[in-house]
Amino acid sequence: MKVRAQFALVFNLDKCIGCHTCSVTCKNVWTNRKGMEYAWWNNVESKPGIGFPKQWENQDKWKGGWKVENGKLELRGGGRASKLLNIFANPDMPEIDDYYEPFTYNYAHLQSAKLSEATPTARPLSQITGETMDKITWGPNWEDHLAGEFAARAVDKNFDGIQKQMYAEFMNTFQTYLPRMCNHCLNPACVAACPSGSLYKREEDGIVLVDQDKCRSWRMCVSACPYKKIFYNWESGKAEKCIGCYPRVESGMPTLCSESCVGRIRYNGVMLYDADKIAEYAATPDDKDMYQAQMNIFLDPNDPQVVEAARTGGIPESWIEAAQKSPIWKMVMDWRIALPMHPEFRTLPMVWYVPPLSPVQSQIDQGNLPTGPDGVIPLRETMRTPVRYLANLLTAGDEKPVVDALNKLIAMRSYQRSVHVEGKAETAALEAAGLTEQQAKDMYRLLAIADYADRFVIPTNHGETRMEDPGGFQGQNGFSFGNDSAVGISLLSLYPKRRKDTAEPKTQPETADKPYF
Amino acid sequence: MDYLNNLIFGVYPYLAGGIFLIGSWMRFDSEQYTWKADSSQLMSNKNMRLASNLFHIGIIGIFLGHLVGLLAPFAVWDAISLTSLGKQSIAMYGGGFLGILCLIGGAMLWWRRLTNPRVRAAGRTSDLFILTWIMITLLFGLATTFTTAHHAAQGSADTMMTLAQWAKSIVLFNPQPELVAKTEAVFRWHLFFGMTLFLLFPFTRLVHIWSLPLGYLGRAYQIVRTKRRAPLR
Repeated sequence: MKVRAQFALVFNLDKCIGCHTCSVTCKNVWTNRKGMEYAWWNNVESKPGIGFPKQWENQDKWKGGWKVENGKLELRGGGRASKLLNIFANPDMPEIDDYYEPFTYNYAHLQSAKLSEATPTARPLSQITGETMDKITWGPNWEDHLAGEFAARAVDKNFDGIQKQMYAEFMNTFQTYLPRMCNHCLNPACVAACPSGSLYKREEDGIVLVDQDKCRSWRMCVSACPYKKIFYNWESGKAEKCIGCYPRVESGMPTLCSESCVGRIRYNGVMLYDADKIAEYAATPDDKDMYQAQMNIFLDPNDPQVVEAARTGGIPESWIEAAQKSPIWKMVMDWRIALPMHPEFRTLPMVWYVPPLSPVQSQIDQGNLPTGPDGVIPLRETMRTPVRYLANLLTAGDEKPVVDALNKLIAMRSYQRSVHVEGKAETAALEAAGLTEQQAKDMYRLLAIADYADRFVIPTNHGETRMEDPGGFQGQNGFSFGNDSAVGISLLSLYPKRRKDTAEPKTQPETADKPYF
Repeated sequence: MDYLNNLIFGVYPYLAGGIFLIGSWMRFDSEQYTWKADSSQLMSNKNMRLASNLFHIGIIGIFLGHLVGLLAPFAVWDAISLTSLGKQSIAMYGGGFLGILCLIGGAMLWWRRLTNPRVRAAGRTSDLFILTWIMITLLFGLATTFTTAHHAAQGSADTMMTLAQWAKSIVLFNPQPELVAKTEAVFRWHLFFGMTLFLLFPFTRLVHIWSLPLGYLGRAYQIVRTKRRAPLR
């Protein structure tokens, strides 16, 4: 047993309101730079839809993630030799149009336009070429709130095995938000696919990073990541990805997307797992067993043997304590209401999702949903969002864990309703869903109240265990784009420079040297 | 003319070679963030697999051909009983074939870089410059095959052998620029452009050649880095 700690997240889809605050905070802090305009380390998709980049979930098209071949785990896009043979041109590389052509608007024109009959307009400009774009045809969230015709959105891979045509009708339509970021996987395909070895997983917290100095722009990670969360910075020629806000996490703060989430749907915490078992569990033959396989890899932080092994392995005491108080553990392992996204990609993702329920509850309250024998929990076929759809998204098609999770959420609400509305605790629903009263109360506290301190249980980084002299290291380095120990600035350089100019015109409005009126 | 000939074929090889080696070393040491292949595949994927593969396979083949053809000791050819005329025809047809692959791929890449607005915007002047330089060198190289074919028709491989001898004289630090002085101008132009490629190398994206990731073949898939000191045993 090799105990490792992992910084993990849970997103409660039941409460996501699709406001994109997470995406915007992330963008403003990390990726509002030349070469990264098109990249969204965090984005929120409206499902059903093909997503960002287009059809990212379809691995027949993109060849991301892993496959099992003769009982052995292999990259779906081909192994080491195949990667080197394809190094001159990656056959599975997305093009900028698969994301979208990044754009801004010619705002300067609004101020510098000559006097005219018509109001001047700010036309879109490509942030790559700087040219005026006739028409914006795709964007990072083009399908927001089911925009566009059903046929185009229905290409969504999660419709597999569903008679989808009935959901084209307005009265049957359903929608759910899907906030996405890098999953900081336990078995990352991006790391495995990098020929230069520039991608790596951090031993201390499991955050996956790109060594900017070591990246050689072979771009194999871009196609290997089944979640398409590695982005090629076209200006620097290096791969970039979500950094898990490690400078914040190291000091015990939640990631920016989590901190800014107005719906309080994001949870940050620590999970312990057995690193020796990664290869074995990731190679589980049947896709449908992947969810359970990933559950098996986690180690109970309250088991004395695990604690002992963690201490021996050098995991700090505060991290073990954090794992014991982890909100992630509660939702993933205790209550089993959080599920991994597309476990069949076999990367063992570490952002977990509580399936969405909201449309169901009002139907139950109005008595519109036929319920099971317990009289509380609705039948699965009556749920508005098809269970199969959620199962395709979260459990590789296995409906039982999804139904169980939804039932627990319904039961918790039903119980709380009886307490607060009827003033009498009614536990029938809890019993039917297999929950105790205490569990229901804890769930209510974590999911509904969602206090800051309950949502974010993040131990600080232990500087004293660093290889570098902890005293000498202090204040030396920060977030940078490489050469982070360089001290001087050379104005005369033979090396290519980073261009920082943006696409907006440089022309400034004329100075108002005389009053306009 | 001796002065210029000595400079270009006696001194310049060392100058170019020195800048190639020391420049690469310096850039690797101090500018890792700029050390990359600088792919533009994200900007346009159209015909990229064909063009890039043709260009790379062609140019790598040509490079290895030059390395072996110019620098392998004459004894090697004797050992496998390859006559100088035979060697010359291998160089002519093999090199010509690879050269044409490289020419087709390179022309496609050059055209793409020149006409695709996204590729042009994302790229730098140095990218187009170095590709153009490679193409000119290649065209001179391909032009020499016709001169060589003319020699071969007369039953002579002397020029080819002289050039190999000159190359050996350079790497053995006994430069004999006078050997090259008598060859046709097209050879000398090809040599000059070729050597300059080495000189330009550290200042362009060509540095990615040094980073051919062969180590990947023997590497474990997963990489975990630690900042912790090893636990006390």
